[in-house]
Amino acid sequence: MEQSSIITIKELIKRFPVGKGEFTALNGINLAFNTGEFAGIVGPSGSGKTTLLNIIGSLDTATEGKAVVMGQSTGDLTTKSAAKLRRMHLGFIFQTYNLLPVYTVYENVEFPLLLLKLSDSERRKAVNDALEWVGLTDKIKSRPAQLSGGECQRVAIARAMVKKPEIVLADEPTANLDAANSHNILKMMLKLNEELKTTFIFATHDDKVIKYLKRKITLEDGKVVKDEFITK
Amino acid sequence: MIRFLFKGLLRDRSRSLLPILVVTAGVMLTVFAYCYINGILGDMIEFSAKYTSGHVKIMTRAYAENKDQVPNDLALIEVNDLITNLEKDYPTMEFVQRISFGGLLDSPDENGETKKQGIVAGIAVDLISENTKEIERLNLDGALRKGRFPEKSNEVLISDEFAGKLEVGPGDKVTLITSTMYGGMSIQNFTVAGTIEFGVQFMDRSGMIADISGIQNAMDMNDACGELLGFLNSPNYDDIEAMNVETTFNNKYSDPNDEFSPVMNRLKNDSIMSGYFEYMDGAVGILITVFVLAMSIVLWNTGLIGGLRRYGEIGVRLAIGEEKGHIYRSMIFESIFIGIIGSFLGTLIGLGFSYWLQEVGIDIGDMMKNSKMMMPSVFRAHITTPAYYLGFIPGLFSVVLGTMLSGIGIYKRKTAQLFKELET
Ligand SMILES: Nc1ncnc2c1ncn2[C@@H]1O[C@H](COP(=O)(O)OP(=O)(O)OP(=O)(O)O)[C@@H](O)[C@H]1O
Ligand SMILES: [Mg+2]
Repeated sequence: MEQSSIITIKELIKRFPVGKGEFTALNGINLAFNTGEFAGIVGPSGSGKTTLLNIIGSLDTATEGKAVVMGQSTGDLTTKSAAKLRRMHLGFIFQTYNLLPVYTVYENVEFPLLLLKLSDSERRKAVNDALEWVGLTDKIKSRPAQLSGGECQRVAIARAMVKKPEIVLADEPTANLDAANSHNILKMMLKLNEELKTTFIFATHDDKVIKYLKRKITLEDGKVVKDEFITK
Repeated sequence: MIRFLFKGLLRDRSRSLLPILVVTAGVMLTVFAYCYINGILGDMIEFSAKYTSGHVKIMTRAYAENKDQVPNDLALIEVNDLITNLEKDYPTMEFVQRISFGGLLDSPDENGETKKQGIVAGIAVDLISENTKEIERLNLDGALRKGRFPEKSNEVLISDEFAGKLEVGPGDKVTLITSTMYGGMSIQNFTVAGTIEFGVQFMDRSGMIADISGIQNAMDMNDACGELLGFLNSPNYDDIEAMNVETTFNNKYSDPNDEFSPVMNRLKNDSIMSGYFEYMDGAVGILITVFVLAMSIVLWNTGLIGGLRRYGEIGVRLAIGEEKGHIYRSMIFESIFIGIIGSFLGTLIGLGFSYWLQEVGIDIGDMMKNSKMMMPSVFRAHITTPAYYLGFIPGLFSVVLGTMLSGIGIYKRKTAQLFKELET
């Protein structure tokens, strides 16, 4: 089946200034992702997974080469357009959940929609749908501090998914979760991937995550050393 | 979105409570200090107006030139005619005669010999005519300690402290030894009607208030007085109106070539008072500047601490796609809200304290035993209109400035860097 490429990475190099010299975190990455992929970037600590995810997410820029996301070259975007790209098309899931502590579950999930200036009723429907996907409809009034780690991460998934973005970037989403919760969450994301055709890209070295991946890209010292599609 | 921000602000106490407390405290101090300065200076002006300078004061040119020496030999004459004319020219104003005099006050023993004696500083005012406002103007009602007010022209009030020194009380005779308008010696007996407390150290030490007719009689000053004080209709000194009166009067009555012609000076032209006026304006400016600076620094720091704590939140908001400028503006919006709440509370509390000080006052007489300053020894605050809004200037300015300064960090840091800080 013919699929369109949603992310294209070409000859991407990322160097960080370290002291007087430079450290090359990513060294000539070439990758393309198609719509609806469920892919993971795996590799040892320090191999550049987070750096690559940040560049795809337009939170950071490449030193050389290109990352084209949704047809836009992230390196050429102004901070304003980068913010717009994230707002409209990207969802983030973090290892540490990063929920806003003073807001309720409902408000945390609602926040991306406020930025999109959706109407009250549109927001209410979308938030309720998202909380239903992750099975948290009974906790809408709770604050993050009152939730378990697994529940927090489900809120974070709902927050990333509520605007039905084209791409979700998840950096070590299971690192703080036990096995049962990890499986739970991955099943959930897989389901959303299949139902909504959302492209998921993980950065992980967790075997529990790797088991679910449909594509596994292995990074070592800033280079892609293996890129395998897994058919089940 | 605004509702969303409000919710966060109200729920996150450390984001709202501490800055509000800082603003409240600063604004409270600003408002209070303003009312306090206002009270002191207002008291000085009012005091000066009532006791020595009037809103405007008429003297002869010669007297005016040496007015520090109170040269009653250069007094205004034919005063009754002048007052009649003035009442026609300025129907809303009131003009009163005053004579300041010095001399010795003697308290005799049962044989008529000097028992005690002291230097006296006296003012003669209209105490006994039917419609006199001088008793009220000089606030004598509250100041009476013993006895009663004079009912006859040969009855006087002396300060309670002075009476103690002279060992006299109500009903006792005292003898005033001074000079007449023409330079002769004057010895006149008076009866102490009552004793008063001036509330001014200088006057409490040796003060005496006599009826104007009694002193005119003693000093050979019939139809003459040292100074003619004019009071405008408004309770507080109005410099513009006073200047008007001063100009028209001097054009009509004053002759620069005749040193016995009358001349009018308004209160602000009084050498001491003009300094106070400038001081007042300057003090308010300094006050606001100091509080804006001090509070900005404190709030900048609380903002920085709050900001550090909020890097996580800011990182997430950036990741979700909020623009930096939008975040920055929302923080400033929050700070304006905090500034308004804090300023409002601070103004309220500051006004509360000021009101208390306005009504009750602080007696600092004990702290300045040797002072001769013409200053009330009870300090009171005075609430004027600017006190209601003045505090909002440092209140809003400092919190917004503090937030702007601490928020610059958002711009300086790269998105990725903020993001990294969020991960840790
Ligand atoms: N801002 C930076 N300045 C300097 N070096 C950096 C910076 N960010 C990352 N690096 C370096 O780049 C390399 C890759 O970092 P990255 O965070 O992408 O690793 P990772 O694969 O995500 O590791 P982990 O599995 O531990 O999360 C590391 O060696 C790191 O030290
Ligand atoms: Mg990482």
